[in-house]
Parts: sequence; structure tokens; C-alpha cells
Amino acid sequence: MSNRPAPLVAARDLVKSYGRTPALRGACLEVGEGEIVAVTGASGSGKSTLLHCLAGIVRPDGGTVTYDGKRVDLLPEDRLSELRRTDFGVMFQFGQLIPELTAVDNVALPLMLAGTARGTAQERAEEWLERFGVREQKDLRPGELSGGQEQRVALARALVTGPRVVFADEPTGALDSLAGEQVMTALVGAARASGAAVLLITHDATVAAYADREVRLRDGAVVGAEVPA
Amino acid sequence: MSTRHILLGLLAKGPSHGYELKQRHDEHFPQARPLAYGQVYTTLQRLVRDGLAEVEGTDSDGGPERTLYRLTEKGSREVTAWAGQVTPPAPFVANEIFTKVVVTILTGGDPAAHLLAQRAAHMERMRELTALKTAPGADLTTVLSADYALNHLDADLRWMTTTQARLASLTALTMEVDRA
Repeated sequence: MSNRPAPLVAARDLVKSYGRTPALRGACLEVGEGEIVAVTGASGSGKSTLLHCLAGIVRPDGGTVTYDGKRVDLLPEDRLSELRRTDFGVMFQFGQLIPELTAVDNVALPLMLAGTARGTAQERAEEWLERFGVREQKDLRPGELSGGQEQRVALARALVTGPRVVFADEPTGALDSLAGEQVMTALVGAARASGAAVLLITHDATVAAYADREVRLRDGAVVGAEVPA
Repeated sequence: MSTRHILLGLLAKGPSHGYELKQRHDEHFPQARPLAYGQVYTTLQRLVRDGLAEVEGTDSDGGPERTLYRLTEKGSREVTAWAGQVTPPAPFVANEIFTKVVVTILTGGDPAAHLLAQRAAHMERMRELTALKTAPGADLTTVLSADYALNHLDADLRWMTTTQARLASLTALTMEVDRA
């Protein structure tokens, strides 16, 4: 572990409660540049909260989150939004696409929010849809897509801005095993090609097996030795 | 399952000699325990004795003379009937992991630590198999056999996860009782 390069994303002693329910109790985790890490654990073990804290979606009550050496947990809201837009890609189990927009517009949206012209954004979006085998579905809305197609569109949206880290929370949780395999192959292949790191949350060991290593959570803390450097 | 039926199945692709059958086996069952040559030859002799296969002749192909075997009508019926039979869902639990966990409990060891270490070993193997089946150009038998192995390892893991949770709640319960 001492040979591992400086982490791109690091959580140290994270504590977070929702009301009186503790979700994280001292969780530590590091993800290196280009590394794919799976976080597994039972329901309620704190997996999603850990991802939310690392992605800057939720602020921890205690502990630190760093990204590329900067304290994410201390960033003001506007800087945090910018970081999420430029450096992070996020993908959930479902419900992340905007139902009123077509597949291609959903994928183009993050680029347009970052100031890319509509035409260029749509071209780039189509390239990503092509890459994940859903270009034919580009003019369909999320409700008209199968679960597997929807997740591949969501994956295209998470990757279109060229993020350095992809946060994926149960990306195959609602899919059958073959559709899940397609999504995981696409996610891992694209991340390896671009050098993006991936933090993957899953309860499924066959999905976790796509990652370089597994970190197991129980009761809001890491099981076994995830020792800070 | 027996080497007998596997060899009959491989002979169904056409007459062959022992060495080639061993190669066909490794190609079609890539994650299976490799067949020993000795086992191939003794099984072939038994198949001939039982009328399920017969000697077609010999070829030398420039090297030493080799006996060619082919499937008989009876052998063909036998292997088709066998492959069509529903396999009884395994009634006995005789897995080494299960046994070791029980023995660890019996001997007052730490089953949770054992399960954690076993999980790491399982995950390592699952990563290897996933890499194998998702490698560009992986052929169908590799993908199918990797899938089969992955799903069985996953079943082990799910049992281990449930066991760990059960042990934790049982331990908590025991401590409650001790305090009472």
C-alpha cells in the first residue's frame, strides 16, 4: 500500500448522521488516479453516503474529503458545483436522466452547462451514444428506453465531459445480468481508455469483480485494513 | 458426471485419438480440472469394452502410430440420453468453506476473520475470471465457463455474507444473555 501513488480522492475518518441515525462512523478510503475501486456492503452500511460525501453532494459532519490535494468538504457551494461539473461524472441506479429530454440532449446537457455550443455538444454526445451502442435511440426519451439502454445513456452523460473521477452508485442495480454486464464493460472500458478513476458502489460481487480492488463497509466503517498512508 | 460421458460427447464431433480428445476437452471445458492422459486412455478402453466406442483404425501422421476411436450407435444414444437428463439439485452440503466455518466455530476460533480472508480470496479469483471473459476476442466456451465459475463463487460469497451477519447477531444475542 505504501507503493501506491498519492490518492486522487481520499476520505479520512468520515462521520455523517441523518438525524439520529449514523450513516458513517469513521470511514477511510483512497482512490488513486485511474484506479477502479468497488465499495461493497449490506444495505445501510453507508455505501451511498460515502459516495455522496466523496462526490461533494453531501457534506460530512466530521472528517475530511480531499480531491487532488484540495479539501472538498470545505469548498463553498459554487466552487463545489464547478468541480462536480468539470472533474466528476456521476451515475446512479436510476432516475438521473431528465424525462422531458431526448437521449442525445440528456448527454449534451453537461457540455452545454459548461459553455459548449449546442451543435458541438450534440455531436460529442452522439459519439458517446455510438460508443455505447445506443446511437439509434438518440431521439428517444428516457421512458422509451429499456433499463440497459437508459443506463448506457446515463453512462455517456457521466463521461461526456471527460471527468477524472466517475462516481457510480449501483449502476447495474436495476438491470438483469446481461444488461448489467454491458454497462459494466462499457464503464470499465471507457474509464481505462481515458484514465478516469471510478468509485463503484455495489452490493453485487460479480459487479465488484470488474474493479481493481474491493473495499468493504460495515456499520459506516471500512472492514479490514484500509490504512491511511 | 463422468469422464466417460465427456469423452463420448467429444467423440460426437468425429473420430479422434486420445491425444486429440485431451486437447478437445481443454478447449471446450477451459475452467475444468484438466484431464490426465492416463485417464483418457483407460476410459477409452472401457468405452470399447462396453460397446459405446470402437476402434476405427490407426494413423501415424509421421509420428508414432495412434489409435483412432469413433462413437458407436449405442454410444451416441447413451450420451444423448445422459445430456438430456435433469440433474438432481445437489442434496448434500459438502463444501470445504462451509465445513471450515463449522469447524472454526467448534474449535472456538474466529469465523468472522476466516470469512473475511476467504472473501478476499474469492474476490481475487472473480476479478481474474471477469478479466478473462471480458478480454477482447474471448471465445464462447471461455465466457460460458467463466460465467459458471463466477456465479458459483458469487453464491459462496452470498452465503458467507449472510453467515457473517448471522454470527454477528448471534454473538450480540449471546452477550445480551450473558449480561442478563
